[in-house]
Amino acid sequence: MDGLMITVEDLDQIAESVRKQRQEARYEINVCVAAGCLSLHSDALMDALEKSAAGAGISCRVRGAGCMGLCSAGPLVSAEPGGLLYQKVKPENADALIRSLSGEHAPTLECSREQHFFKRQVNVVLENSGKIDPEKVDEYIAVDGYRALFRALTEMTPAEVVQEVSLSGLRGRGGAGYPTGLKWGTVAKAGGQTKYAICNADEGDPGAFMDRSVLESDPHRVLEGMTIAAYAVGASLGYIYVRAEYPLAVKRLEKAIRESRHLGFLGNQICGTTFNFDIELRIGAGAFVCGEETALIASIEGKRGTPHPRPPYPAQSGLWEMPTLINNVETYANVPPILRRGAAWYSAMGTAKTKGTKVFALSGRVKNTGLIEVPMGMTLREIVFDIGGGVPEGRKFKAVQTGGPSGGCIPEEYLDTHVDYESLKDVGSIMGSGGMIVIDDTSCMVNVARYFMEFCMTESCGKCIPCRAGTVQMHDILLRITRGLAGERDLALLTDLCDMVSATSLCGLGQAAPNPVISTLRYFKQEYLEHIHAKRCPAGECQMAVAAGARI
Amino acid sequence: MPAPGTRPALPSDDKRWRIVNGTIRRHGYARDALIETLHTVQQSFGYLDKESLKFVANSLRVSLSQAYGVATFYHFFSLKPPGKHTCLVCLGTACYIKGADQLIACAEETLHIDCGEATPDQNTSLLTARCIGSCSVAPVVVYDGELVGNEEAGQLQGRLQKWMGS
Repeated sequence: MDGLMITVEDLDQIAESVRKQRQEARYEINVCVAAGCLSLHSDALMDALEKSAAGAGISCRVRGAGCMGLCSAGPLVSAEPGGLLYQKVKPENADALIRSLSGEHAPTLECSREQHFFKRQVNVVLENSGKIDPEKVDEYIAVDGYRALFRALTEMTPAEVVQEVSLSGLRGRGGAGYPTGLKWGTVAKAGGQTKYAICNADEGDPGAFMDRSVLESDPHRVLEGMTIAAYAVGASLGYIYVRAEYPLAVKRLEKAIRESRHLGFLGNQICGTTFNFDIELRIGAGAFVCGEETALIASIEGKRGTPHPRPPYPAQSGLWEMPTLINNVETYANVPPILRRGAAWYSAMGTAKTKGTKVFALSGRVKNTGLIEVPMGMTLREIVFDIGGGVPEGRKFKAVQTGGPSGGCIPEEYLDTHVDYESLKDVGSIMGSGGMIVIDDTSCMVNVARYFMEFCMTESCGKCIPCRAGTVQMHDILLRITRGLAGERDLALLTDLCDMVSATSLCGLGQAAPNPVISTLRYFKQEYLEHIHAKRCPAGECQMAVAAGARI
Repeated sequence: MPAPGTRPALPSDDKRWRIVNGTIRRHGYARDALIETLHTVQQSFGYLDKESLKFVANSLRVSLSQAYGVATFYHFFSLKPPGKHTCLVCLGTACYIKGADQLIACAEETLHIDCGEATPDQNTSLLTARCIGSCSVAPVVVYDGELVGNEEAGQLQGRLQKWMGS
């Protein structure tokens, strides 16, 4: 046996001891130690707070916690009891913060939890984020962690687990929105002795950091969800494929896997049952295409990350040609609460076709940048203006970009679109993994399209010609438009290329590469035309190179 | 390639080779550990040279062309030695919207090199990343592994000049 044989009573005991430990100190101060706040030296802040508390003779426990969401006001600190939140806390503010615990106000530091940013959110995936110490499994257990796994393993058959997830209406959070229960059912029914479960943590979309934050703030939740999934489909080994660009997430996952093995939540005879499952980490090496499932599998096998045509789908023939379940971090993170609180509770949130909540990474030209979780069906306007606080510095909102290089730009007139898989598709974008970048009138939309095309061009794996050559040609045309060197004919050619590349590319990266161009052409054609005819960039961003003899 | 059952000798008695060998052994000399092993080489030596690629390929019994193919496919692996300092500018969408291109232009001008290069004296490498996921504090620059958010061109120039003087 690898770990301890833990029982539900043991879980209760661990939870009780954590509660007792928390009561020992009069106050508890949680300092955000996720990447955003850490870059603003929240680690030094922790030391300063400990010193200040000791100096003032106040019984207080300072601990590191995960992301609290409002990254633009970081470093964030919260204090219990009372749940007061403090923003932009620097080490020199430590004394003032400690004094405020005993009633003295610190108005510049206090951050209202009553503001729309917090009030409008519904936290399911992020429920523990910022509230528990991500590096301590005991704290996860104290907030009902690993109960869902226990319940699944001891009270439910694998088929019942699949059924429960199907009923919840959960759909893949990686962007495509494939029904999770259906996928699990396919892998469960696939024949073969060995099956694998893979967690796609290769969050490649620029502007998306939801998975990073979940892994850094609540890693055990992902392990628990994955283990439940493995039980449901009959997998014996799992891989988490995580980006090398996320060293902190890797470190926390490594620790979480060690702790989880020690308590017997991974390994042989999990929770005293006959179910065996273990998880290994695989570190990506910086290739966007590896977010595509068949390319990701090739990368785990130690090869170049090039995709192959589907079918066969990984559910039938995936890793080492065995049936393989691949889900995204956020999808797995949704599983424990679904099993704990029931499918009916989960499916009560969201819209008719898209249930539950979605985590978005809000960034760009918006006042409140950070991580948010909202019920499906909220409008983009509510997200950008109520939660995000609108565009700062008196600039004008121009578009919101969702879905990364595979998505599109949504203009102001469609801001009342509801956030769900189908509605976003209707307006020419996609849900994607959850990056949401607000663009104001200082940015040129043609240049935005060129930026994404440059991304796809450099990230194309080179296996199929439409993507390898097509993205280069499209980038070349877009570059010439932004320099004022293109004519009307180029625009027609660009449109043709969009159709060709999206219709004939092998994998999702190529098929979706023209999307940013198509959506900007649809909503901001005037900007393209001004570059072409008037040789002028309306946003004043592009450097026009039109001169005598220039090639048009 | 060595005869079946034999393992290639370590290229030199540099201690770092033992770390690399440790990774290979931990994965049971499995071929699929190629990327993991290259990660260890890059962590230990800073980059992948011909000698290390040969050693890894021989140890894992994969062809040298496959090892080279993998090393060149993934952006994270570098075949050139890095400078003493590294300045990595994030090119993610949020950073781009908030003016990362100006940071790049400033860095290139200060160091007189292009992105992906090191200064001739091997003092500073200028690198870019597709997105490091710290979009909420964009634009972001990583100096020798330390992440700095809300960076401005003036500050960037100051830091680089300090390195140049060191």
